[in-house]
Amino acid sequence: MDVERTYGEVATKARQSLRDVERAPGARKPNPILTADNIRREFGGIIAVDVDHFEVQEGSITALIGPNGAGKTTFFNLLTGFDQPNSGSWTFQGKDMSRVASHRTATLGMVRTFQLTKSLTKLSVIENMRLGATDQKGEKWWNGLFSAVWKGQEDEITERADELLSRFQMSHMRDEYAGALSGGQRKLLEMARALMTNPTLVMLDEPMAGVNPALKQSLNEHIRGLRDQGMTVLFVEHDMDMVHDVSDWVIVMAEGRIIAEGTPDDIAKNSAVIDAYLGTRQGQSLLEEE
Amino acid sequence: MDWNLILENSLKGFIGINAVYFAIAALGLNVQFGYTGLLNFGQAGFMACGAYGLGMTAHYFDISFWWGIPLGILFSVVLGLLMGIPTLRLRADYLAIVTIASAEIIRLVVRSVKFKTYFGGSDGINGFSSSFRALGNDFGIEEADQYGFWPFKFTGRELWVLIVGWLIVAVFGFVVYKLMKSPWGRVLKAIREDEDAVKSLGKNVYSYKMQSLILGGVIGTVSGMIFALDRGSVQPDNYSRDLTFYILTALVLGGVAKVSGSIVGSMMFWGLFTFMDNFLRQVAKDPVSIGNVTIMKSTQVGQLNFILIGITLILLMVYRPQGVFGNRKEMAFDGR
Repeated sequence: MDVERTYGEVATKARQSLRDVERAPGARKPNPILTADNIRREFGGIIAVDVDHFEVQEGSITALIGPNGAGKTTFFNLLTGFDQPNSGSWTFQGKDMSRVASHRTATLGMVRTFQLTKSLTKLSVIENMRLGATDQKGEKWWNGLFSAVWKGQEDEITERADELLSRFQMSHMRDEYAGALSGGQRKLLEMARALMTNPTLVMLDEPMAGVNPALKQSLNEHIRGLRDQGMTVLFVEHDMDMVHDVSDWVIVMAEGRIIAEGTPDDIAKNSAVIDAYLGTRQGQSLLEEE
Repeated sequence: MDWNLILENSLKGFIGINAVYFAIAALGLNVQFGYTGLLNFGQAGFMACGAYGLGMTAHYFDISFWWGIPLGILFSVVLGLLMGIPTLRLRADYLAIVTIASAEIIRLVVRSVKFKTYFGGSDGINGFSSSFRALGNDFGIEEADQYGFWPFKFTGRELWVLIVGWLIVAVFGFVVYKLMKSPWGRVLKAIREDEDAVKSLGKNVYSYKMQSLILGGVIGTVSGMIFALDRGSVQPDNYSRDLTFYILTALVLGGVAKVSGSIVGSMMFWGLFTFMDNFLRQVAKDPVSIGNVTIMKSTQVGQLNFILIGITLILLMVYRPQGVFGNRKEMAFDGR
């Protein structure tokens, strides 16, 4: 895809900040929001993730790509506390996250979505959205009975939820059960719901899986929109067109390790990546140099 | 066939004390199972906490009857913590196993000879409820008098328990309704749908599940208290597995995740149960036989009644899985 794109102020800044970064696995970034060191996760004898160093530049859109079984989702789970590594440490905004419970990560500003969408089917769309807001007074059981305590906050939350829904063109589905949404709409809902937590880092696990091409374009726009509002985006994706179209920086994983980093253009030309995706001579590990 | 008697007893069953304590227990179970998706198969254990809380005031502690209420609630909170701490981090099935086992452990401990000094062994505990009945007399309901009109005729003793019971149903019904409309209830319902999604949005799922388990348990405890007060005694074998499953049946009959479902479901369960029982008893006054083969004797009425209840439930599940008050639309999204 050779669409000539003009970049906004924020996007240009993000791209400039990454211009001088070394094109190598584990490259240091000028302003990392998320860093990880020596993360290792084994399932029985299989090493699913073995990452020496990993950084995500603040305010950028970073794509995490790799063939099936590369350990991308496992790595995601480790970073968000949904799984525990055998060893390693990672920080978010300078804070050590190794001892932070998974539900705390969202309140700290790091929110994730799932590869298989987790829309809460028997709740309405607007209830799904409201659930996303953090620090709700009405979520304490002793306040539950006294609607006067939380009514005001609930109204604010609803207003914010309605704004987000209209931004994602889902206002007409507001009062439907989430179970009545199509697969693509569920993806949108999950993303919008994640934004209700007011995150600084949004982690999307395969946002394009099962989404039709028309909706992909608008999802791309939404992801760019997140960056332009000052959020950092890290996403896992298989769709190379989309990665090329939307990301500022690409990190490639294969067999649990990071094998390449660079701008989308660099990666498209990288022979190690092409080998990882298209296969190499039989019996040869992807990690060995030619 | 005395249709008048059948009708009278059925209507009494519909609003009687059995329906009351079932309704309260079902409300508690609804919080856990209907709203949060926690498979608690040990509601009888929580009910036993309440009953023994009351009973032990007279039998062991020798303190005022009224201390039995906080004591029973304390027991059930401790039980909820004991059940929840090891299992709520795991998948729902584990909770089911642990709850059914804990309820049985409680029953076997309280009926054991070893702890007879505390719990009265298999004889249970009697004679603790006089203060409660005295309060009824203070309100002007004479224990021995007959009150009401056809078909709802009760003795003063029954009436007093019924009034207190239905008041408690109303209060808990209101509390559960309000809580489930609040953001707190929203989190519980979301946990029922998908724990990981809720966790990813920054909610402490473990803590919410614990709160739900304990709230439902405490409501169940109050149900056990009403049960004990009506009988005027605490019998360990009343709190066995079948009690839990009948309550679950009543809940599903009415429709899960609906306050009205737990209440009306319990009323219907007992209305139906009493009707069938009375009807079959009338039929079996003389042994029913075709030729010289006896089909049913009066001693078999109980068994047949349970068989029919079972069949009714199966039919209900097939043709109306959402229960009487459930929402068909919600059920449609259950294909997970």
